[in-house]
Amino acid sequence: MNLEFTPEEKAFRDEVRAFISQNYPAHLADFGMREDMSPEDMVAWHKILGEKGWSVPAWPVEYGGTGWTPTQRYIWSEENARVNAFMPLPFGVAMVGPVIYTFGNEEQKAKHLPGIRSGDVWWCQGYSEPGAGSDLASLKTTAVRDGDHYVINGQKTWTTLAQYADWGFFLCRTDPDADKPQEGISFILVDMKTPGVEVKPIKLLDGGYEVNETWLTDVRVPVENLVGEENKGWTYAKFLLAHERSGIAGVARSKRGVEKLREIAAKETLDGQPLIEDFDFARKVSQLEIDLAALEITELRTLAGEQAGKGPGPESSILKIKGTEIQQRLTELTLEAVGSYGTPYYGSIANDTGSNEYPIGPEYAHHSAATYFNMRKTSIYGGSNEIQRNIITKMILGL
Amino acid sequence: MDFNFTEEQDMVRDGLSRMVREQYDWESRRAAIASDAGWRPEVWAQLAELGILGMPFSEEVGGFGGGAVDAMIVMEEFGKGLVVEPFVPTVVCAGGFLKHAGSEAQREEHLSAIIDGSRVFAFAYAEPRGRYDYADLETTAKKDGDGYVLNGHKAVVIGAPWASHLVVTARTGGDRRDREGVSVFIVDKSADGIVTRDYETVDGRRASEVYFENVSVPGDALIGDEGAALPLIEQVTDEAIAAQCAEACGAMKVAHAMTVEYSRQRKQFGVPIGKFQVLQHRMVDMYTAYEQSVSLTYLATLKLEAGERERKRAVSAAKVGVGQAARLVGQESIQIHGGNGVTDEYAIGHYFKRLTIFESEFGNVDHHLKRHVSLA
Repeated sequence: MNLEFTPEEKAFRDEVRAFISQNYPAHLADFGMREDMSPEDMVAWHKILGEKGWSVPAWPVEYGGTGWTPTQRYIWSEENARVNAFMPLPFGVAMVGPVIYTFGNEEQKAKHLPGIRSGDVWWCQGYSEPGAGSDLASLKTTAVRDGDHYVINGQKTWTTLAQYADWGFFLCRTDPDADKPQEGISFILVDMKTPGVEVKPIKLLDGGYEVNETWLTDVRVPVENLVGEENKGWTYAKFLLAHERSGIAGVARSKRGVEKLREIAAKETLDGQPLIEDFDFARKVSQLEIDLAALEITELRTLAGEQAGKGPGPESSILKIKGTEIQQRLTELTLEAVGSYGTPYYGSIANDTGSNEYPIGPEYAHHSAATYFNMRKTSIYGGSNEIQRNIITKMILGL
Repeated sequence: MDFNFTEEQDMVRDGLSRMVREQYDWESRRAAIASDAGWRPEVWAQLAELGILGMPFSEEVGGFGGGAVDAMIVMEEFGKGLVVEPFVPTVVCAGGFLKHAGSEAQREEHLSAIIDGSRVFAFAYAEPRGRYDYADLETTAKKDGDGYVLNGHKAVVIGAPWASHLVVTARTGGDRRDREGVSVFIVDKSADGIVTRDYETVDGRRASEVYFENVSVPGDALIGDEGAALPLIEQVTDEAIAAQCAEACGAMKVAHAMTVEYSRQRKQFGVPIGKFQVLQHRMVDMYTAYEQSVSLTYLATLKLEAGERERKRAVSAAKVGVGQAARLVGQESIQIHGGNGVTDEYAIGHYFKRLTIFESEFGNVDHHLKRHVSLA
């Protein structure tokens, strides 16, 4: 057993590091996801990577993937996290892309994969509904065949960044009389400009708008937009969710977050000493690092399994649970570290236009509360952590 | 032993509870905190009329003869409605300083105006670098003839945009972080040289950065003895902590009840999610944490007049226990509400945000655990 990278892997790391430092947009460095981010900012790195041929590293080479090993992909994400790069949004790259190249037909591949690779087409995911969150199979949105079209009616929710989306992938019920709720669901691609599609942003706790309610009223979609077979959508949806979960651990990003937390805690003071020298605080940071180290190795073991040909299985639920717990704990500690300057609502201050104003608190405090509030979502989305534990109960413990 | 409230206290609670229900229904609160002012002076006037603003003061100073238990009752009801009006800065803090150390003339001038609602205070004690150490002051008050000249920067002064007056801590002597040399002043917010930068807070209140640039105040702005205010500040902030613990209890009670109710309504897999044992036990843990918090809040409130060590231990115990419970109840409420919990539209998120900020006010869990250890 050996945790060291090989010389080839180290050379690869140097190449990647050099590429990022020369090409990542300077104004987005250490930016993270922020409420004042523009859609152009969100796709800037994606487009640069598209030109380089690195936007979809995990895809098979024939569809534009890099052919990197899982370890190389890991190095790639680590190096991006070093600058806290805003990575390509997952909806095209990690979700619908793999479904299309695995289950779609040649026309669909030719039509959709290039735009996903280049970052020119923005995708959104239409899974959840107001009554069907963790119990996704109870979804009610219907698609009724009418000649060479489906007519879609229903309401989706939590459609992330759908306000900018060109295309969406939707789970719709095509056979309401199926024996089990999982049967009779189809996976359909929808041009978001089709008449009858209406997107309404939902204001979140942190003051931002990153999710939407999406209403579909008599939306006519050509039947060629069905992916795979009619009524077999649940299979594709599960395939997609397993892919979604494997990226959800966020180890590299959390490592950068811990570094930042240490930087903040070195600047903040407690009893006249740097906060990071306070044993109670330092102990909590260490505990977090220990949990993160464990998660990192667990993820590497999963990657090694993948390298040996095992797809992401129920073990990815562990990555989801621990990864999101650590992300949440990190934002809690960061808010704790900034002290009373976590209290101002910086969204209200950003609207001020006066130029002779005093700045309020250190810059690193500005998004601490918003990020903490926002990150509560991570243990809820992508199948709540309760659902992940149920998956482990069933699939691994066999209970 | 007696954990009962007096008949009068029960009446006050009922009256206040009704008022909070009527004035602080969800839509009214939402509109109030989004308005330009961010609060409702008319609600403040109504509180004065009901006698709430005079409740904790003795009859000798023009109050209604109550004390800390009365403040606790008031704050618990405020917590249930997420009331933003500045009862703690004005009544508990400014009123506390005046009650304990104000001269007769100062009480006469300020206390009656607090009680009748005409004067609103903010407590400017925190500084950008001081964290939770009240003696870690860079703000100075230099003797100048009969008066003083204030210079410095006070951070996140809750309620300052609404205040007519400020209670300000400043160093009149000694070195930064010395226990000696700390003084407290009452300052008219319109005094020359005070510059404020106002903003909203994440939990729906308003606050300011307050800058003092050669602000001259008269000698009678000083409360208590010059340079000897630290024990007084500790007494008053302990009273503020006890009051805010009661507020957190009120907020937790409602957050828990909302969550239980939601778990009854929300169906997944064909049954209400409240039927899942994994969620049931967590709601039991939330409830237990809330009950323990009420106990610690009683303890802190009843020990406010005890000796210094006993008082500090009880208050720190409450701040630790209630702080931990506030985090647990806040986070679990959101998790059990699922996606709806993270939207601005659902009330639960606003309880979560208030409970989050409560934790860091007047010292967080770590700070008070340490203080508790140091007094063992």
